Amino acid sequence: MDHFPTNWGRPRSEAVDLYNTYPLHNRPGPKADAFTEGVQRTQAPIVTGTSVLAFRFKDGIIMAADNLASYGSLARFKDVQRLIPVGAYTVIGGGGDMSDLQHINHLLEGLIIEELCEEDGHALGPAEIYEYLSQVLYARRSKMDPLWNSLLVGGFKDGKSFLGYVDLLGTTYTASTLATGYGSMIAQPLLRKYVEGREETLTEDEGKKIIEECMKVLFYRDARSINKYQIATITEKGISISESLSAHTEWSFAEKIRGYGAQTQ
Amino acid sequence: MAQQRSFNPYTENGGTILAIAGADFAVVAGDTRQTEGYSIQTRYAPKVFRLTDKAVLAVNGFAADGNMFVKKVKQRLEWYKHAHSKDMPLQSIARLIQTMLYAKRFFPYYVYNILGGIDEQGKGAVYSFDPVGSYERETCRAAGAAQSLVQPFLDNQIYFKNQTGEHPTHLPLPHVLQLVTDSFTGATERHIEVGDGLEMFVILARGRGSQELEGVAGIREVTTSDERERVFVINRDLKRD
Amino acid sequence: MFRNTYDSDNTVFSPQGRLHQVEYALEAVKQGSAAVGLRSKTHAVLLALKRSTGELASYQQKMFRIDDHVGIAIAGLTSDARVLSNFMRQQAMASRMLYNRPVPVNRLVSAIADKAQVNTQEYGRRPYGVGFLVIGQDALGPHLYEFSPSGTSYEYYAMSIGARSQSAKTYLEKHFASFADCTLEELVQHGLHALRETLQQDKELTINNTSVGILSGPGSSFKIVEGPELQPFLSLMVPKADPAAPAAAPAEDVQMEDAS
Repeated sequence: MDHFPTNWGRPRSEAVDLYNTYPLHNRPGPKADAFTEGVQRTQAPIVTGTSVLAFRFKDGIIMAADNLASYGSLARFKDVQRLIPVGAYTVIGGGGDMSDLQHINHLLEGLIIEELCEEDGHALGPAEIYEYLSQVLYARRSKMDPLWNSLLVGGFKDGKSFLGYVDLLGTTYTASTLATGYGSMIAQPLLRKYVEGREETLTEDEGKKIIEECMKVLFYRDARSINKYQIATITEKGISISESLSAHTEWSFAEKIRGYGAQTQ
Repeated sequence: MAQQRSFNPYTENGGTILAIAGADFAVVAGDTRQTEGYSIQTRYAPKVFRLTDKAVLAVNGFAADGNMFVKKVKQRLEWYKHAHSKDMPLQSIARLIQTMLYAKRFFPYYVYNILGGIDEQGKGAVYSFDPVGSYERETCRAAGAAQSLVQPFLDNQIYFKNQTGEHPTHLPLPHVLQLVTDSFTGATERHIEVGDGLEMFVILARGRGSQELEGVAGIREVTTSDERERVFVINRDLKRD
Repeated sequence: MFRNTYDSDNTVFSPQGRLHQVEYALEAVKQGSAAVGLRSKTHAVLLALKRSTGELASYQQKMFRIDDHVGIAIAGLTSDARVLSNFMRQQAMASRMLYNRPVPVNRLVSAIADKAQVNTQEYGRRPYGVGFLVIGQDALGPHLYEFSPSGTSYEYYAMSIGARSQSAKTYLEKHFASFADCTLEELVQHGLHALRETLQQDKELTINNTSVGILSGPGSSFKIVEGPELQPFLSLMVPKADPAAPAAAPAEDVQMEDAS
């Protein structure tokens, strides 16, 4: 996955219509009326969140995201929670456009309230939320009016853990380790190394160490990240989302770096 | 509108699918890797789906479109079953798929479909489609990222192209399974978007014995009703690098 | 045929506080041949008596599959049942499309009950002339519901609707305490014996006039058993004349619930 949310949903540069498969015609846009000029669709994200990481461990799902919402390269909002509890069994972690994420949160709140009002013992679990989100995001992309996000859906219900990915194109998949944005390139290989094959034995403490390690690496390498992040765990006992944490980092090596920037010698 | 219209609603999620028709069986297979660019999104995302006990559909291309398309086909088949109290015949499913694809001619499902199964005469059948609904019945077809690697192999081994001498019209099931496995191990070696897992569906015509499938590693039956065609799934590992 | 002053419009109450049109609709349900439903902790079954208009005619359809996990048996106007079952199928599919979840059975029944209620209140409409027994399996286990044209739906351990259903109800009331732990076969037997109570003296249940709908546990699909497949079930029944036949308690009529 591309590190820059601004590039999401655009053709990859090495494969721009290689086989002439993208439609060439101009699709009919919305009907023009007096307000058409005033209507805008998300064609580029504005305030963005970066990676979200999550993986399975023996008791459920662990997920993490930092607290930064960037405005381009400006670290604009530094206390944003990007891990959103949905009902009693699910957490979604969102990257990409933060206003679209708030809109999704709003949709899900409505959904959960409706479900609660039925008072019939049925509740939406992570698998249902995942399907719902994929339908919403796919429907929006099909209207050429995407919700510019990539989301992780993690949860635990009826003795089963669930972890899935949904993005602005409606692309979905499940796996035991998932990461969005820059995390899919930097953290995902680490997560696979630590987690794949050990899903049923990893403890929560081990999981948190892995998360801390990955968030630290991301903070070192991702210019749109911040060393302030939260961890969510979803298990039999329910959802818990931590206070903001920071990883211990070491920058003394920076002094010795030569060869670029101001220090050319 | 002043706004630039640069949102691209499509992507390409790699992978390869293939289907081969036998005299009284059909095999439909796909790898289970899903990619975007150079990233492996997941090692297990099914691309082959059982529609009925005599029809299996493989979809390849843009995964979101593929999943949605399969869901819609399945619901159309459900309505057919409600109305007629039987499963839709294979050739009708093929025509249904063509109309559903063509209905979105001007905003297509970016998906290559291959439908395999047993026709009304009890013979193995494969139908292949392009994204806007052109289709034809064939004996074998590969599609997806490694189509250009697999199809020539099948042309040679199934249609006996560029081979001289006598050759059979239909190959036995174990031989076909071997060709499918070789196709995918080969594609896995040479194509970065293919690998992780192989999922093969085998559909047997009504009354056909299943002894050739006994003892096959990783096989399980997924038939839903008795005294009809039978469907099996075989799962194999492919290289994960 | 009697007539009431206050029965030509279903939106008008009679001075006694009754909606006559709605009550006539309930009569339409009672005209239909009987259907019986019962459930255990693990299974739910429906049984229905099919009528035929004569030797040359086919038997009417009494059961409809709504989804893998839901099936209904009807009593009353078949055409109304087709409209409602079509709606139920749409609801079931919408749930699968949007949430990938089999629709919770109570919500499905409430949805048609709400539709029926509208018909008891709005000008220019008529109530549905059909009642349902709905069995379904969801996250909370097997269920049996009754739906009636008055816009109500109730959950039951066992229930019957349609012509002479009171006799079946009497049987069910006598035996329902044992249903919870029944196997599928026992449940079907109880159902068949209850259904037989609704027959006229000289009639018997046959493979032609009986439908059985089965939901056997989580993950299984609603299955309608008809024709020769029924024979094993019918053969197991205790003959009618046999004093050992598990008959219903004689004629202590239970008061019908009044419209509420």
